[in-house]
Amino acid sequence: MGNQSTPQTLFEKVWNNHIIRPQTETTPAALYIDLHLVHEVTSPQAFSLLRERGLKVRRPDQTLGTMDHSTPTTPRNDLGIIPVLDMQASAQLDQFTKNCEDFGIPMYSLGTENQGIVHVIGPEQGFTQPGMTIVCGDSHTSTHGAFGALAFGIGTSEVGHVLATQTLLQYKPKTMAVRVNGTLADGVVAKDIILAVIAKIGVGGGTGHVFEYMGSAIRNLSMEGRMTICNMSIEGGARAGMVAPDETTFEWVNGRPYAPQGADFDKAVEFWRTLPSDEGAQFDAEVVLNADELIPMITYGTNPGMGMPIDGRVPDPDKQATVSERMAMDKALTYMGLQPNEPLLGKKVDVVFLGSCTNSRISDLRLAAKMMDGQKVADDVRMMVVPGSQQVKKQAEQEGLDEIFKAAGAEWREAGCSMCIAMNGDQLAPGQYAVSTSNRNFEGRQGKGGRTFLASPLTAAATAINGHITDPRTLYVPEMA
Amino acid sequence: MEPINKISGKIAPLPMNDVDTDQIIPARFLKTTNKDGLGQQCFFDWRYTADGGLREDFILNQPEYQDASVLIAGNNFGCGSSREHAPWALQGMGWKAVVSTEFADIFRNNSLKNGLIPIIVDDETHRQLMSLAEEDPTTEVSINLEDQQLILPDGRKVEFPIDGFSKYCLLNGVDQLGYLMGLEDEIVEYEGSHDKRVVTTA
Ligand code: SF4
Repeated sequence: MGNQSTPQTLFEKVWNNHIIRPQTETTPAALYIDLHLVHEVTSPQAFSLLRERGLKVRRPDQTLGTMDHSTPTTPRNDLGIIPVLDMQASAQLDQFTKNCEDFGIPMYSLGTENQGIVHVIGPEQGFTQPGMTIVCGDSHTSTHGAFGALAFGIGTSEVGHVLATQTLLQYKPKTMAVRVNGTLADGVVAKDIILAVIAKIGVGGGTGHVFEYMGSAIRNLSMEGRMTICNMSIEGGARAGMVAPDETTFEWVNGRPYAPQGADFDKAVEFWRTLPSDEGAQFDAEVVLNADELIPMITYGTNPGMGMPIDGRVPDPDKQATVSERMAMDKALTYMGLQPNEPLLGKKVDVVFLGSCTNSRISDLRLAAKMMDGQKVADDVRMMVVPGSQQVKKQAEQEGLDEIFKAAGAEWREAGCSMCIAMNGDQLAPGQYAVSTSNRNFEGRQGKGGRTFLASPLTAAATAINGHITDPRTLYVPEMA
Repeated sequence: MEPINKISGKIAPLPMNDVDTDQIIPARFLKTTNKDGLGQQCFFDWRYTADGGLREDFILNQPEYQDASVLIAGNNFGCGSSREHAPWALQGMGWKAVVSTEFADIFRNNSLKNGLIPIIVDDETHRQLMSLAEEDPTTEVSINLEDQQLILPDGRKVEFPIDGFSKYCLLNGVDQLGYLMGLEDEIVEYEGSHDKRVVTTA
């Protein structure tokens, strides 16, 4: 436990609570991990290591597997099965099944009722709770920080460490307060906040830090909105992002299958209430944003830091401060096929992707569906709607959202990562433009040669309807809020 | 893992900032369950044309850099995903060390665990190395891990930071899992004195 008289941040409280052996001059801290999530892509070599050394998984009961990255999202066959046609993906999924079985790890396999993107199912099932340490061999593990957990991505060697010992070696990171004050205007959502934060600090701006998002605009967000924001912390270079738990958090967690129940829940809430940063707690850095001034954001380049207000113009590489910035921007614009000073509004797109662990939850789908109700996807545009989990899919179908999307001419697909990472056949053709609600616009991320504009679900829906990049506020009417 | 102390080799330039792990090893190559073949796939979309030929506009394809082993990379190298396939692929392609002004956190951690040395230098040294690499591909540098020094062709020694624990593991060729296994008593004690937060098998 820390010194009672020194005010602590949320991060410090969670960190201190999980120390098995403190950091010294010569060794990192050893941290206890409450929950370890594993998926098929970053775990096979870790299981091989365990087998080589004759080790077992220390806490299968604190480990959970799901299939998500390389799984197809194509419709089920007559037997209700989602066929995996890619031989290599199929072999990887089979290996994953075997690994989880051999080591006694519960796992949600393709198409089963709780399967989905690892960062969607953790919170959905109530595994993700305030004050926990959560890791996964996946950089968007930062998503779970929305609950006031310390959650971050690790490499495959570290996946092996946690499987074997439930412990991880870490140096204590610095902290950065990301303060977002004010109120979002209609048509401006969580995704726009985080794109604005990253545009401001750059993709390496948070390196070595854990973010704590705070301020009235964050407080007023739903849990889904907070998850969208924490999800993209890594896009600002921070391994983790956190939001202090509050009534919104407790209400969301309450009643979920793996959350504490009854009296245990009340006891847990009592503890969770002690987690928010103390008055006067010090952060190593701070960045401030005013939500009142925000409008919908969009990226123009090949990293998430290359973002701008949707009514802006593509920046001019010649006006950048350093040679390397000029070169980077030049290269990005060449890849994107964009001219300096070109507006993006009105730019024709080929594909709209609504999905990914950033924006595939039920509220994201509801938002987009509201805008698309009774509308049509523009003629030459392909729109893919990929729910984050089987549960999200089921819920959306109960609410009739699938019908709205299908009637509009969009594809309603099975759950998974899909075109966020383009490992499963869902991908852009070279040169195609997409507006995507995912988190990475890196070269080739959504298919070799594909060009990605990152934006919110509302901007994605508005763009699908018009067939070109559209400010959702031109279609968004306030009573939709 | 083999112990590592001294490395020397030719340098090659990759003068771009924010090179992400999707460029180092595109996601479609992550469907593997081992580490084989990743070296050929390293920088795949920058390295090869659609029909499998070498792209002339990719600097590392130039013949004079083929036997280089120290990559001089731009700022914030290795950003993006946590895939450890990135250092595996770089090593498979023949890189032993990467020099930059900054590395993304997860990439740096992953590299250290595999013996790919991430070397952080100041802007001035970085500029110097980048132009040396571009102008004279025969330039060699050497790295002394024990002394944490990068030795430039003019004999200048530039210190670089590395945490003591990773350094110890690299110098002795031990991995960190052994150390963690040695914490068994402390782990048991922690588990005994803290409520379990969640049970996934319930
Ligand atoms: S949806 Fe995309 S970012 Fe999220 S876990 Fe899957 S591949 Fe990674």
